[in-house]
Amino acid sequence: MVQTIVKDETLKEPWKGFTGGTWQKEINVRDFILKNFTQYNGNDEFLAVATPATKELWKQVMELTKKERDNGGVYDMDTEIVSTIISHGPGYLDQNKETIVGVQTDEPFKRSMQPFGGIRMAKAALESYGYELNKEVEKIFTDFRKTHNQGVFDAYTKEMLLARKAGIITGLPDAYGRGRIIGDYRRVALYGVDFLMAEKKKAHESTSKIMTEDTIRLREEISEQYRALNELKQLAESYGFDISKPATNAKEAFQWVYFAYLAAIKEQNGAAMSLGRVSTFLDIYVDRDIANGTLTEQEAQELVDHFVMKLRLVKFARTPDYNELFSGDPTWVTESIGGMSMDGRALVTKNSFRFLHTLDNLGPAPEPNLTVLWSTQLPEGFKKYCAKMSIKTSSIQYENDDIMRPEYGDDYGIACCVSAMEIGKQMQFFGARANLAKALLYAINGGVDEKLKIQVGPKFQPITSDVLDYNEVMESFDNMMEWLAGLYINTLNIIHYMHDKYSYERIEMALHDTEILRTMATGIAGLSVVADSLSAIKHAKVKVIRDENGLAVDFETEGDFPKYGNNDDRVDSIAVELVQNFMKKLKKHPTYRGSMHTMSILTITSNVVYGKKTGNTPDGRRAGEPFAPGANPMHGRDTKGTLASLSSVAKLPYEYALDGISNTFSIVPKALGKEEVAQITNLVAILDGYAAKTGHHLNVNVFNRETLLDAMEHPEEYPQLTIRVSGYAVNFIKLTREQQLDVINRTFHETM
Amino acid sequence: MIGNIHSIETLGTVDGPGIRYIVFTQGCLLRCQFCHNADTWEIGTGKQMSVSEIIDDLKTYLPFIDASGGGITVSGGEPLLQIPFLIELFKECKKVGIHTTIDSSGGCYSTNDHFQKQLEELLKYTDLILLDLKHIDREKHKKLTGLTNDHILTFARHLSDKRVPVWVRHVLVPGTTDATDDLEKLGKFIGTLKNVKKIEVLPYHKLGVYKWEALGLQYPLQDVEPPSEESVGRAYQLLTAEVQYI
Repeated sequence: MVQTIVKDETLKEPWKGFTGGTWQKEINVRDFILKNFTQYNGNDEFLAVATPATKELWKQVMELTKKERDNGGVYDMDTEIVSTIISHGPGYLDQNKETIVGVQTDEPFKRSMQPFGGIRMAKAALESYGYELNKEVEKIFTDFRKTHNQGVFDAYTKEMLLARKAGIITGLPDAYGRGRIIGDYRRVALYGVDFLMAEKKKAHESTSKIMTEDTIRLREEISEQYRALNELKQLAESYGFDISKPATNAKEAFQWVYFAYLAAIKEQNGAAMSLGRVSTFLDIYVDRDIANGTLTEQEAQELVDHFVMKLRLVKFARTPDYNELFSGDPTWVTESIGGMSMDGRALVTKNSFRFLHTLDNLGPAPEPNLTVLWSTQLPEGFKKYCAKMSIKTSSIQYENDDIMRPEYGDDYGIACCVSAMEIGKQMQFFGARANLAKALLYAINGGVDEKLKIQVGPKFQPITSDVLDYNEVMESFDNMMEWLAGLYINTLNIIHYMHDKYSYERIEMALHDTEILRTMATGIAGLSVVADSLSAIKHAKVKVIRDENGLAVDFETEGDFPKYGNNDDRVDSIAVELVQNFMKKLKKHPTYRGSMHTMSILTITSNVVYGKKTGNTPDGRRAGEPFAPGANPMHGRDTKGTLASLSSVAKLPYEYALDGISNTFSIVPKALGKEEVAQITNLVAILDGYAAKTGHHLNVNVFNRETLLDAMEHPEEYPQLTIRVSGYAVNFIKLTREQQLDVINRTFHETM
Repeated sequence: MIGNIHSIETLGTVDGPGIRYIVFTQGCLLRCQFCHNADTWEIGTGKQMSVSEIIDDLKTYLPFIDASGGGITVSGGEPLLQIPFLIELFKECKKVGIHTTIDSSGGCYSTNDHFQKQLEELLKYTDLILLDLKHIDREKHKKLTGLTNDHILTFARHLSDKRVPVWVRHVLVPGTTDATDDLEKLGKFIGTLKNVKKIEVLPYHKLGVYKWEALGLQYPLQDVEPPSEESVGRAYQLLTAEVQYI
């Protein structure tokens, strides 16, 4: 059922064979895709195995990976050269075998130095692995060139510093790059850099002539973008390519896109450096070449394999603090695959399959963060292939296109884990998260931190009764959230003001429209802890145990209470209201650059750190114990099986958490069904059902507990064991032992 | 109508086609040595749940169930100890168009009029029965389960006469239910049935042992290990040798 598109014969090279449209006259990649892509409804039989070159290159990568591990986590680090788009000469794995070239420094696995976010972090990252920062670089970035980090701390208030220290707001991108900005890297392939520069020049000439701060900043930013595009051309030149003009074939298209992405990661070490939605775009080029007879399926797969291999090489120098938050060396090179078009076609092409097939050809891996935009309307063949690869590799995450499409259209991509944004038209100010579990304890203790034993929040009347009264707690909690929401937004305003000022993402923003939508992407942690705590207070009898100073330090619960994760409205409704309520409070506060308030329920691996910083909670969770990740129910509290758990999470209203609702589910293979066919059918049904119930995101892990236990003891035997953790995938053996245990202890859905 | 329910499992994938909403009923007459749900034996206890409570809950899972071609499976315990409840439950399921399955060992089957009448009514709303045949040998059956198998085999024939679709299931316990001649005899018996859609050999496992311990019971198969894949395959061959699938 291959759809035939009547090709427009009037187009000349490099667009010969494409169907024309408005995309020719203006930057409009979406229009190009919709006019030219060929939906694929078949199965995976056409896929080609890895070529000898691919195998040899991958062997080389695995050897480097081993060296990196033996070396304590890094292979090599740059101590001398400040990384910019054009800071390093070319580097290769094996120039004769690579069909796609380019690495971040002058050799693969060597991590670049990026001090614009903060010189102290750059230095700490080096020192933690035994490297020493070049003295002159240190002096320049200490004495002469201010960094983002310093700017933020110049402006922070005492209250912000205290909230940060106590961990009621944490994980803030004030000491690392904010990331979560997706450049439309496809534009470089479709238009060539010269056209993009010309467009930016036009934008610069047409800004308002009234020089308000906004206009001045915009003019400066466009100039920076223009300059970055010029440097992008130079980067490509250093590898022997002229990317000033559009790509003329598939190999060039992959390479042009990759150069654009490479420029971004050479200059920014943002927490998440996501790729966007390139596979179906690139399929158009592959399709044209195959039709012309200039490319075979095997060559096409080799291009995909080599491109993906490059994405697996992305590395940043991180500090131990950062690693504690986001464990496993993640980069979130998120690639969004599939989804439906607004006119009802599935944006599934052969390249959608080829990208997932890299999990076979190169073996499983956490990066790129392969994200399937799931719709119940996707072709069956693709659904089954996704499920098959999930069962085999646990390397895919799923996000509900049916609820995102109405919000973001059909050319959005996922940044990081769950943050949807329209590609090239929207960016976000990443805001980490506020700890609602701690806020609940503050409500009980009148703003005194239960761990630090000092006043952090406003000095409200503490609750003094022996048994907690639901209404009294709710009233106090509401006030505390009101305070937290204001402090949180204001803290983020400072961070993003300074990030724009001192560490502006010029190449990523050069690959955006000049007028864009910005979101202020807040987040919450501890949702399930708070929901269960409030349920305990409401439905059971929770007695307070206070220390000698009258501070509530523990709770004793008599009687049972409904727990989040059992599809029980009595508690699920508490979780839903919490999400709505906090979002409403956030909205009351003005944001930097008029950005739109959004919220995520996502912790990544920071649920462990948040838990560490939070005292005993009324739900029975002990002090220091990890929270459940993201929107997950607390492990061990769901008694009705997987679907009840999924149904609880699916109730959380996406319209109040437009930055994403993360859910991770792990299941042993036999619990999915007896035979492979049944396992695939059932997993597809679970994904369809979750989508139909308007659940947002689902990480799917399929493996046995024993495998993980064995991998903890014998990491060398599991170099590629990949697991999905709240919004991203990691190499299991790269997690800290603490996090490995957290993953293992979390609900494994087993049925008998 | 109220049932005595042990628990609910929302993602059942091994007890009938597709994704099953599984209701484990409380109470059983058999005392199988390999039982992995020993905590469902005691009759008259468990959680009291009404038909409407279950139906309301079940309906919320329809997107999953429908997408997989699944349905509801009532397991146990022995579901047939609570036929009037099952009738009401399945009637309601049929109103919503849900595929219904009973997982039974037939341990409480009886030829008396009262039971027969109730069963006949229930079968009107039952799409499939997962029929556990524990052992073909009368004495060995008694040793294994506490009861002889006469009425269970009668139940199997009854279902065959009525052409009620069944999946025959046999738990393979090394040293107890895996003797070649027993399996051959069981295979022959299955061959006489005219309603078999599928035969499943369930390898014995130890995942339920902790429940015996929690109940303060001595686990009788302490030293028995799960069967090899090979012997499961062999047992399948023997059991299906003469089967006439419908």
